[in-house]
Amino acid sequence: MSAPTLTPTRPEPSAPGAALTQRRSRPGEVAFRLAMQSCLVIAFGVLASLLAWVLIKGWNRLDSRLWTEMPTGLTSRLDGAGVQSALVGTLWIISLVAVICLPIGILSAIYLEEYADNTRWYNRLLELNIQNLAGVPSIIFGILGLGIIARALGLGFTVITAAIVLSLLVLPVVIIATREAIRAVPQSIRQASYALGATKWQTVSRQVLPSAVPGIATGSILALSRAIGEAAPLIVLGAVTFITFNPDGLDSAYTALPIQIYTFITRPQAEFAELAAGAIVLLLAIVLVMNSIAIFVRNRFEKRW
Amino acid sequence: MTTSTQSAGSVAGNSLRRGRRRPIESIVQVLLVAAALVSIVTTVGIVIALADPTIEFFQQVSLVEFFTTTSWTPTFAQKAYGVLPLVSATLVVTAIALIIAVPIGLGSAIYLSEYAKPATRRVLKPIIELLAGVPTVVYGFVALFALNPLLQKWWPTDNGPGFQNLLIAGIAMGIMIVPTIASISEDSMAAVPRSLREGAYALASTKMQVSTRVVVPAAISGIVAAVVLGVSRAVGETMIVTIAGGLTSDRVVFNPLEGAATMTAFIANISSGDIPVGSLDYDSVFAVGALLFLITFALNAVSIRMVRRFREVYE
Repeated sequence: MSAPTLTPTRPEPSAPGAALTQRRSRPGEVAFRLAMQSCLVIAFGVLASLLAWVLIKGWNRLDSRLWTEMPTGLTSRLDGAGVQSALVGTLWIISLVAVICLPIGILSAIYLEEYADNTRWYNRLLELNIQNLAGVPSIIFGILGLGIIARALGLGFTVITAAIVLSLLVLPVVIIATREAIRAVPQSIRQASYALGATKWQTVSRQVLPSAVPGIATGSILALSRAIGEAAPLIVLGAVTFITFNPDGLDSAYTALPIQIYTFITRPQAEFAELAAGAIVLLLAIVLVMNSIAIFVRNRFEKRW
Repeated sequence: MTTSTQSAGSVAGNSLRRGRRRPIESIVQVLLVAAALVSIVTTVGIVIALADPTIEFFQQVSLVEFFTTTSWTPTFAQKAYGVLPLVSATLVVTAIALIIAVPIGLGSAIYLSEYAKPATRRVLKPIIELLAGVPTVVYGFVALFALNPLLQKWWPTDNGPGFQNLLIAGIAMGIMIVPTIASISEDSMAAVPRSLREGAYALASTKMQVSTRVVVPAAISGIVAAVVLGVSRAVGETMIVTIAGGLTSDRVVFNPLEGAATMTAFIANISSGDIPVGSLDYDSVFAVGALLFLITFALNAVSIRMVRRFREVYE
């Protein structure tokens, strides 16, 4: 009785369903989705296989020689060669960059976010200037170091020159990340602090900064890891020589991991490529571990207000 | 009770009055301004470092010779200072890098933002950011020792790519830029409000239509900024082109199978040797550096403007 009346209505509800399924299986849609997906697969596939290739290529050199032995330019002594002086040089430089760059970067960001009046032309100029510096090629910073710091200030081709140049290079990264972290702290926290009679600096140092620590830490670690991987400015700063001693002071000659890798690559003998690959694995391990920590800190500890 | 409130009141009053005179507050202000000035000093320093030797360079080489002649041979006995070979090599490498990086980067961003499950996205996005941090010397190494041998092996004709060539440098640079373009354009696509997508779906749009006609146009300034940033990185990239791009600069090379020196590669190459300070060769490093600085300055200005537009719309 009711069945015959129901049957004609049956196609009705199933019609939109059919249209939906049809739409999903449209060849254009499927092809587009596949194309987008394959972009992602290609991007990851290529990068992963290149990194795997480096690992395989440098496999034979991944032992304690890498950090206990000194670099060499001679094929005959290649067997007992490593990159100790470069590793120590990188550690020297990066500690100095942390000491020089992080305080300046964090203080600049506090100024821009908490103290500067954004309607003033000089503050806007400062902001634009930092954004522009973030995009200046690293080799230009090398030229700055060569012309001003090494020659005009007379610091020469030393550890401290390299550290200053790399600090200036990654300064915008620290400033931009710190500003974002500070901006994310809600205004109400500041107002509550003022209401309790705190001064401006007390508010900033005891309320705003502690809340912004995860964001600042992430930006700082990313900046340091970028400084570790930079080779171009150091090439201009005359770092391309075989240094077979560890730096012993700020005015010492030095080499660094990316520079040492470049030096190995430019050797005509193929045996050096293997040592270069070993050193690259070491460099990548340092950089990728630092970046992972930075991203982990950001995703895990950042406060959502 | 009364005394405590009174004293509390007077303390607050004191601190309010004293707050203005607290030495630490003004010391801090001075420190903050000093720190902020460092970045201004850096820019001024760059300009001074470039300007002085560049002016000296152009006192001996005319601007016309610099910009119109087609041979750059400061290290040859017969010296010539036409910057076009360095500029053309930079353009060729950048173009190849973009041809690879823009479609792959954008495609990845669209997939991550529109198609991928939230869980997939949560895993892949940080990995992309991680890969953006791989040092460029690594890309130079794989270009020279892994990618180029493959390219030479697979090349169909006899006169294939050389030991160093612009094609392989461009490919490696493209691979390098993909994470940057993917990450920044994904950010701007994620910032497109859901309501726009839902509106389009309500009008019976398909997923592809929503992606290509709603999300991409809405995020276009962020995407353009990502691409411009990619161009800026490619133009200023040094290690890949120095290692894998070649050294020729005595003529303009447009064939990507040949090697040629870019602006950055020239600077890196000549400064790894010994050049006497104050010589014309020394000054030429700064002249090329100044040109590079101006080009990237213009690109940055475009990118900053685009990012600002993209932020104004949705924040």
